[in-house]
Amino acid sequence: MSAAAFTGTSVMDIDAAKVRGAGSNVHFDKVSVAYGAHVVLHPLTLDIAPGEILAMIGPSGSGKTTALRAVAGFVRPASGRIRIGATDVTDLPPYERGLGMVVQNYALFPHMRVEDNVAFGLRAQGADKALIGERIKDALGTVGMSAYARRYPRELSGGQQQRVAIARALAVRPRVLLLDEPLSALDAQIRRNMVEEIARLHRSLPGLTILYVTHDQTEALTLADKIAIMRDGRVCSHGPTTELYRRPPNRFTAEFLGRANLLPVTVAEAVGPKGFATARHGDALLTGAGRNEKAGDKSLLCIRPQHLSLTADSDHTNRIVGTLQEVHWQGELTHLVLDVDGTPVRVSATRLPIALPEPGAKVPLFFAPADTSLLPEDAGV
Amino acid sequence: MLVWSRSGRLVLWVLFALIFGVLFLAPLAVILLSSLADQWNGVLPNGLTTEHYTDVISGAAGRAVKASLVTGFLASALALVSGTWAALSLRLQGHALRRLLGLLFFIPSAVPSVSVGLGLLVAFSHPPLLLNGTIAIVMIAHFVLISAFTFGNVSAGLARLSPDFEQVASSLGARPAYRLWHVTLPLLAPYLVAAFGLSFALSMGELGATVMVYPPGWVTLPVSIFSLTDRGDIFAGAALTMILVVATLVLLLGLERITKRATGS
Repeated sequence: MSAAAFTGTSVMDIDAAKVRGAGSNVHFDKVSVAYGAHVVLHPLTLDIAPGEILAMIGPSGSGKTTALRAVAGFVRPASGRIRIGATDVTDLPPYERGLGMVVQNYALFPHMRVEDNVAFGLRAQGADKALIGERIKDALGTVGMSAYARRYPRELSGGQQQRVAIARALAVRPRVLLLDEPLSALDAQIRRNMVEEIARLHRSLPGLTILYVTHDQTEALTLADKIAIMRDGRVCSHGPTTELYRRPPNRFTAEFLGRANLLPVTVAEAVGPKGFATARHGDALLTGAGRNEKAGDKSLLCIRPQHLSLTADSDHTNRIVGTLQEVHWQGELTHLVLDVDGTPVRVSATRLPIALPEPGAKVPLFFAPADTSLLPEDAGV
Repeated sequence: MLVWSRSGRLVLWVLFALIFGVLFLAPLAVILLSSLADQWNGVLPNGLTTEHYTDVISGAAGRAVKASLVTGFLASALALVSGTWAALSLRLQGHALRRLLGLLFFIPSAVPSVSVGLGLLVAFSHPPLLLNGTIAIVMIAHFVLISAFTFGNVSAGLARLSPDFEQVASSLGARPAYRLWHVTLPLLAPYLVAAFGLSFALSMGELGATVMVYPPGWVTLPVSIFSLTDRGDIFAGAALTMILVVATLVLLLGLERITKRATGS
């Protein structure tokens, strides 16, 4: 981005109006990354739409940070191209990509005051003084840190430092904001607050495209429009957040995103016009939302722990029986672990019967067909 | 605290006081007393005088202090620039090349300084590199001997520097030169000052190589001290040694204050 780009009005002034149209799409076109013979990212093709938050989640070593670093320009792809908007940035150095980046340990420059940290990118790009002053004010105002402009990073708490890091990234009016596990270093309470603040920030800057890398599914579910789940250097599922949660396409996605229960079943009756199939698990005949299952198919019936109930009602027409093994009380939630014909089944309940059965007792569980999803048994990806 | 018992801590303090007192304080105390001794025939000096200080200051000491300070400052500055440059460059190289070139930097510190002086004398005594008898050869000798320490200090600082700082700076649009000047070097400042301070202290005390190459008009403090004590003028040598110690200490304390102000610690 040239200095000329900074001659207009401020990004935050007037806030979102400018940024609303400023977001760019990010396109991975068969991007792979390898260190010698070791491939850490297999050919990845993925789109992030302008103004979208895409969360990349996955276990350690799954390739999610590598994908982010490839966009940032710190990792050179072994093959494939990366486009931001209409620009092919694959061969551009990081400082010419027009991005903002926030990392886990904030990386605020300790020798600079908060305001100088926020001004850093603008000064580096030769923006004029008046504009820098305006952007500092607006960026710090956006993250609620105006009162701390003259402080040094060491005089701030972790949460405050992270807000300054976000303000610093926003001040350059980035085409794409890269967030690399930005909340991992914070404690649970502050992390929850920061997730809400980032969500609020994105609502005020809806044009901002965000690539958010995390291993925390709660952050991903709260913030992301879409989620890409990574495993062993590959995307094993990608789609709108609610869709991926409700209808996980494979076992790994179902288990990683929300720790779903997966009951092995045999399809008894193919998917009907309403999208439901019947399936047998032991003696129980269950109804579940299907895709294109046929009679005789081996499948997994995915049920979320919070959708299982110990009491029957008119919607909860499916019934299975398990042996209660463990009860964990966690205040607002109680977690039960049952054994259903050799399959461990978790139940998360906000309300329980007054007389809870003892471990070892047979307990019936009820759930609604609409809260289930059938997925192929061999789609373990 | 590693030792909990009171008696254990007392024993350790006494042991520390003994080692520190015998190895560090006693020699310095003897030099200080010698520099002030009128005569010294018994356990303690017979009388005290400042005459030796007056003598050396009115003599060649002033020129020696200047020669040592200028040599130390210039050689340390040069070593700091080249050591920092080398450490920054080697960081970008592969592991094997980094190890090999890093090792080369340390070779002069493993060779006796007299040998380094002799080598320079032989190498620079013939045209076109005729530096024998010049101040430049003294500077080069000091530079060669201390550059390993600046390189080592700056490399250690770089190894502790999280790559996130520079990467975030780049992603915000900072070109390499801007990033180096505004992010990398300020973050390395404590290591750079420590490297300069160590180099300066080493240069101020350097004798082995200097005595092989110094020209008549550029006699450093250690060479002067050596000459005086070699002639049997122990008290004047001690006075000059105290001047050397004070000059070095004042400069190092000054550097420490500058670092504290720069880093805000």
